[in-house]
Amino acid sequence: MTTALTDARAAITVRTPAEIRRARILGILYLVLAGFVYLVFTLGADPGTSASFGLSRPTDAIAVPDATVPVRGFTVLIAVVFVFLGAMQLTRGFDKKANVVLGIVFGLFVLAFLAWAAAGKSFSLVGMLQATLVQAVPIALGALAGVLCERVAVINIAIEGQLLAGAFVGAIVGSASNIWIGLLAAVGTGVALAWVLAVLSIRYRVDQIISGVFINIFALGLTSYLTSRILVEIPDLNNSGRFLPWEIPVLGDIPVIGPVLFNNSIFVYGMFVAVIVLNFALFRTRWGLRARAVGEKPKAADTVGINVYRTRYVNVLLGGVVAGFGGAFFTLGSAGRFDENMTAGLGFIGLAAMIFGRWRPFGALGAALVFGFADSLQGKLAILQTPIPSEFLLMAPYIATIIVVAGLVGRARPPAADGQPYIKE
Amino acid sequence: MSTDVGEQAEPDTPPEPSLFDELTGATAGWRQAIIVPLLAVATALIVGAVILVITDPDLWRVLRETPGDYLAEVWSVVSAAYSALFRGAFGSPRAWSETLVSASPVILAGLSVAVGFRAGLFNIGGEGQIVVGGMLAVLVGIKLTALPFPLLMLAALLGGIIGGGIWGGLAGWLKARTGAHEVITTIMLNFVAFFGSLWLLKTDLYRVPERADPVSQSIAPAARLPRLLTWIDPQLRVHGGIILAVLAAWFVYWLLFRSTIGFEFRAVGFNPDGARYAGMRVSLLYVSVMFVAGALAGLAGADTVQGVLYRGTPAFSAGIGFDAIGLALLGRSHPWGVVLAGLLFGALEAGGREMQASVFIPVDLVQVIQALVIIFIAAPALIRGLYRLRVAEEGPAQLTTGWGS
Repeated sequence: MTTALTDARAAITVRTPAEIRRARILGILYLVLAGFVYLVFTLGADPGTSASFGLSRPTDAIAVPDATVPVRGFTVLIAVVFVFLGAMQLTRGFDKKANVVLGIVFGLFVLAFLAWAAAGKSFSLVGMLQATLVQAVPIALGALAGVLCERVAVINIAIEGQLLAGAFVGAIVGSASNIWIGLLAAVGTGVALAWVLAVLSIRYRVDQIISGVFINIFALGLTSYLTSRILVEIPDLNNSGRFLPWEIPVLGDIPVIGPVLFNNSIFVYGMFVAVIVLNFALFRTRWGLRARAVGEKPKAADTVGINVYRTRYVNVLLGGVVAGFGGAFFTLGSAGRFDENMTAGLGFIGLAAMIFGRWRPFGALGAALVFGFADSLQGKLAILQTPIPSEFLLMAPYIATIIVVAGLVGRARPPAADGQPYIKE
Repeated sequence: MSTDVGEQAEPDTPPEPSLFDELTGATAGWRQAIIVPLLAVATALIVGAVILVITDPDLWRVLRETPGDYLAEVWSVVSAAYSALFRGAFGSPRAWSETLVSASPVILAGLSVAVGFRAGLFNIGGEGQIVVGGMLAVLVGIKLTALPFPLLMLAALLGGIIGGGIWGGLAGWLKARTGAHEVITTIMLNFVAFFGSLWLLKTDLYRVPERADPVSQSIAPAARLPRLLTWIDPQLRVHGGIILAVLAAWFVYWLLFRSTIGFEFRAVGFNPDGARYAGMRVSLLYVSVMFVAGALAGLAGADTVQGVLYRGTPAFSAGIGFDAIGLALLGRSHPWGVVLAGLLFGALEAGGREMQASVFIPVDLVQVIQALVIIFIAAPALIRGLYRLRVAEEGPAQLTTGWGS
């Protein structure tokens, strides 16, 4: 029944000019990438060199031999695949699978790049993927906090401040008691700042961007002040220790996937759980439908009896829970101590990931993984001695986000009422 | 996609009040325009004092051991801190000089945000525009060394104007061409500029040949903004930047209130649809507003590198682009209001440095106070509630458009 309906709908779908334009741009992009891969990566590698990718670590239960590929042959193959996909895209189009194809192209491009960069050397692919996942944690959690807020039309650019404050309180309370209580306190701090954002933007209807700027400056100023004033004096308060990776039995022994996915700290698992739960809640439950209604058309939602204010409060505070948890990652999940301004703009990358992921939990996770990958790659580039400046990779997430908001490759559309306070009549 | 609610729905479009009015409540009359900022600053200082007291370990010890002395001790700690703040800001010719040095870039950046507010655009890209403008000014200052004094200085300033203008204009162009919200694009452009400058500082274009760290060569002495009061005391750092800031404020006043294009800026800010019906080219205006705003922020960057640092360093924008938002709010987006607010923020900065040096209170407390000023201005209801002010109900401060539209 439902499938028949979907089929019928698909049959009458008419592609808008914007979609046609996007399909054309993507097709041309694939062809350009094919040329790029051939000219730079294939011809840039010496004939006969090969790159070897490490697929397991010495400590793994089941050792997998390294995958060694000839650079020239491998990159030519990828270029050919790109030409094929580009031609398909231009002639037939992929319709609904366009995004999947785009993801595949991105993955292959990265592989071609790595083969070129690691030519003649060996390179731990597993280590790279693991670093990517860990790097993605604060970005993804920050983005989810943003999704929760913006789906009910409260713009949250205070993610950075929430992360920073969560990290700070997590470190102090974690040092004074134990890391679990520290984690709880970090979550509480995220909620407290979210409450400030909620009261300012929902009750006082202050401009939400200014509320966000305020929280960011306030959190940065206060944590820096307290660090120099207290933590420098009493170093014992800044030595919390951290959550160690916990390997899931059996699953953790699977080659390649095991060490990457199933041997992590609670923050990585928490990130996956949060994404799955939030995606289900937003798109499959009554709660999610109501929240989205409030974000798109609050007046209509109010008319059918949804309490707009309460829905907004609840979501912003839930966003605080997620952001506080993400903040704790910096201290309790990674460094084991607090340093001034240690979030270093990752909250803004989270904001970018939210936009890049089009206000959807899985989109946000995907964007966070891509951005996390770019971030961990820039650390590796120096080791591989490629001529690409690491700063270019650091700025890549921001440029990608500008491209997406500008609608050059598919348009990111925020909830319709985003940023508008609601005044009940 | 089918699960999305109201996919085709257009956002409601109530008659749009000006962003500037909404943000600053300036239409609420003179009394409101002066009392609320004063109370906001005073309240922020009081909250700062509370933070100071509860984070002082010595005071907690006094409270435990000799509670009778507690209030006297609190008074002595707070008065020591704030008198150091005041002394560092206004207590001596050197303090005045430091205040003016700190004030000049924030005034310029504040004017940048104010121009945006007046035209209904929220420029939170000051940081990036400062970096791009400053980097271009440095480039002029280290490459065109053949030019003599006033020419090279002016050329470098022009570099700052052009660099910042292009960076701001880019956000305006994106908004006009694709509808991308300027808040998102300017935030992203901030980071692009920051990492771009880190990269540039390591290239041969900027780098000091024998050093590996990302610090540029020094600009030629002829590119510096001249120090004004070295004939009184060679230690006085106050430089031509403060004159530049006042001239810029005068220019912005003329632009906004005396020129045709300024009228169009304000008309777009008041009601973009109305401006379009009146035959104004709104797209072109978005680009010009953001170019002017960016140019002013770029000038702030040039002011920093030509007046104080004399070279490019990583992150020399130092949060000025964000402070500027508070400045524009505090000054009601009026050029002379911004100048006064800039003097206050400059005084807080200079005083904060003295507070750190003499009574060892971290200068970051000043940042907390500035943040509080921002929110008390943006949420006048907080201040009114606190002091039971009776004033005519004013509109809440809000951006009327979300960032998708």
